[in-house]
Amino acid sequence: MRRLRTLVRAAFDRAEALLGTVFPPAWNPLLQLGALGFFFYWIVVASGIYVYVFFDTGITEAYASVEYMTREQWYLAGVMRSFHRYASDALVIVAVLHLLREFGQDRYRGVRWFSWVTGVVVLVLVFVAGITGYWLVWDRLAQYVAIVTTEWFDALGIFGEPVARNFLAPDTLDSRFFTLMAFIHIAVPLIALILLWVHLQRVTKPRIDPPRGLALGAFLSLLLLSLVHPAVSQPPADLATVPGEVGLDWFYLAAYPLLERLPAPLTWGTALFLFATALAIPWLPPLRMARPARVDLENCNGCARCFADCPYAAITMVPRSDGAPYAAEARVDPSLCVRCGICAGACPTAMPFRRAGALSPGIDLPDRSIAFLRERVEAEGARLAGPGRIMVFGCEEGVPLEDLASDRVGVVRLACAGQLPPSFVDWVLARELADGVLVTGCAENACHARFGITWTEARFARTRDPHLRKRVPSERLRTLWAGRLGRKTLEAELEAFARTLEALPPVTPPRRVPGLREAAEV
Amino acid sequence: MLGQAGRWAGQALFYAVAAIVTGVFATWPTWTSFPVDRAQIKIAFAHGGARKEACRKLSAQEIAELPVRERRPSDCGRERVPLRFELRLHDEVLLARTLPPSGLSRDGPSQLYEKLAVPAGRHVVTVRLADSGRREGFDFESRFELELRPRQSLAIDFEPDRGGFFVRRGRAEP
Repeated sequence: MRRLRTLVRAAFDRAEALLGTVFPPAWNPLLQLGALGFFFYWIVVASGIYVYVFFDTGITEAYASVEYMTREQWYLAGVMRSFHRYASDALVIVAVLHLLREFGQDRYRGVRWFSWVTGVVVLVLVFVAGITGYWLVWDRLAQYVAIVTTEWFDALGIFGEPVARNFLAPDTLDSRFFTLMAFIHIAVPLIALILLWVHLQRVTKPRIDPPRGLALGAFLSLLLLSLVHPAVSQPPADLATVPGEVGLDWFYLAAYPLLERLPAPLTWGTALFLFATALAIPWLPPLRMARPARVDLENCNGCARCFADCPYAAITMVPRSDGAPYAAEARVDPSLCVRCGICAGACPTAMPFRRAGALSPGIDLPDRSIAFLRERVEAEGARLAGPGRIMVFGCEEGVPLEDLASDRVGVVRLACAGQLPPSFVDWVLARELADGVLVTGCAENACHARFGITWTEARFARTRDPHLRKRVPSERLRTLWAGRLGRKTLEAELEAFARTLEALPPVTPPRRVPGLREAAEV
Repeated sequence: MLGQAGRWAGQALFYAVAAIVTGVFATWPTWTSFPVDRAQIKIAFAHGGARKEACRKLSAQEIAELPVRERRPSDCGRERVPLRFELRLHDEVLLARTLPPSGLSRDGPSQLYEKLAVPAGRHVVTVRLADSGRREGFDFESRFELELRPRQSLAIDFEPDRGGFFVRRGRAEP
């Protein structure tokens, strides 16, 4: 499974990097798959509502009404029908890619199982909605899909009479059948929407709207396709004739030739096996996670910065339980915590300057603590020599950091770039542990923990608490969001940064004010 | 590195490729599910066979021994006999099935749904059904002379009230 994940991730890394050469990070379609899925869903809904106004649920009327839209009112209803068809295809494409990308990123196990499982169910519902949509047109393809589907379900032997008997001959079909199909075609997407809401329950600030530039590009692409190659019906269904050759929509109906040709026990067994595997995959094998973030009430003043920054809604603020003179305290839900450490990076007490007592912030990762981080920085700093010394803080999901350390480059790994409290940058420079600090991680807009890059940039820009102190010279701090394929970029950046630092005057340590502890300055 | 114009062109190229892939695979390649020179005979019905055990009249004493709510004049087993079905094409057996009753208690109707691909042209089809549990012979038999066009789908149904087997030739309801 690990090998498969690595392959999938490598494929996505390369595809994202390729698209990154022409798209700005925010517009890169592969970094907005979930948002694009929502975008296409709403197009399907809006175009579906319009098309339904003209649709007639009768055996002959269904085809005729769709033909009217396509031929007579091609400029609006026809375009809407094409939108409905192609946006549905685009929806299933981005949904499958989204699923694969999350698999490759290993963001489906551990506490993330919930989003995975609900996502798999939503994907199944998308297929159900799409397939029932094809029935409604009642053309030759609809006839083929209806017969193969009902025969497949009849193979279960759970119906009193074969459902496929409805399609035995022209006189066995009832108009009410179309009413039922229309109901399913409308109800299933609504159920999917409710499930999508559930799907997003474990993330904060979900990206459900793509950036305007990307949305515009996708919309124009669909519009152009609808005008140049409009969706049309195949010849009308005729139950007195076998639908010999059909133009399949391979995005939804790729399995149909197999359902038709292979024995039903085999196809049912395979389908159930794949579905069960997809649902069980978060536990195949389960993710061995470090301990979740832990609140130290002695150092928690209830400032709620961790609550505001947690990307997975794992932190809630609750009334104070220890009698301390603060209104609230942070509480971590271990079943939601992904151990990214962004909460520790947001904690104002994660202050490396502190020397009085142990360095124990209000919230921290027990297995990757801020105190351990300070030890690592001190050890690396002590090793560095010569001009142009750089302390690299790197996220483990970003640029590979193996063998990067040298006598001028110290490397400290983070669970996520957002785990780094900005005060560490100040501290490294103030203690002259290095001449410059470089923070690196995932590619821009592709943070493995969602908001690590965003919050880090905002903290460094002093627009989000905890701010980077003003005394930190900006020319001694760089960020590089290059992703897993960015090793060469990182090496080039380090070279350039070192030359810049060499040209700068030596770091001037801040003047100590007698009797005033530095920690109190922040 | 690409210039701004190159980046816009690259984005346009991506959207064009995405649209082409979506448009093409939405209908192509076509799938041939049935050979063009053959016709199809569908045989489908659901019919309950006779009860496996004949009803036995209960004696007055047996009725009296039953709980009041369950008292009845006779005792009938629920289980039905399996059906025997046979379809001959030009007197050659093409399909022969023993159809078990459905349901956990084997008291539901037996079902058959089969599709046979045959050469287009003139055919003599004989269908037979035994629903009484008899071991020899059949209770229903029909013989149809059919002229089948290529890709024609012809359905043979069974309803005892309509005299047994019949060919469905009706059109869709208006």
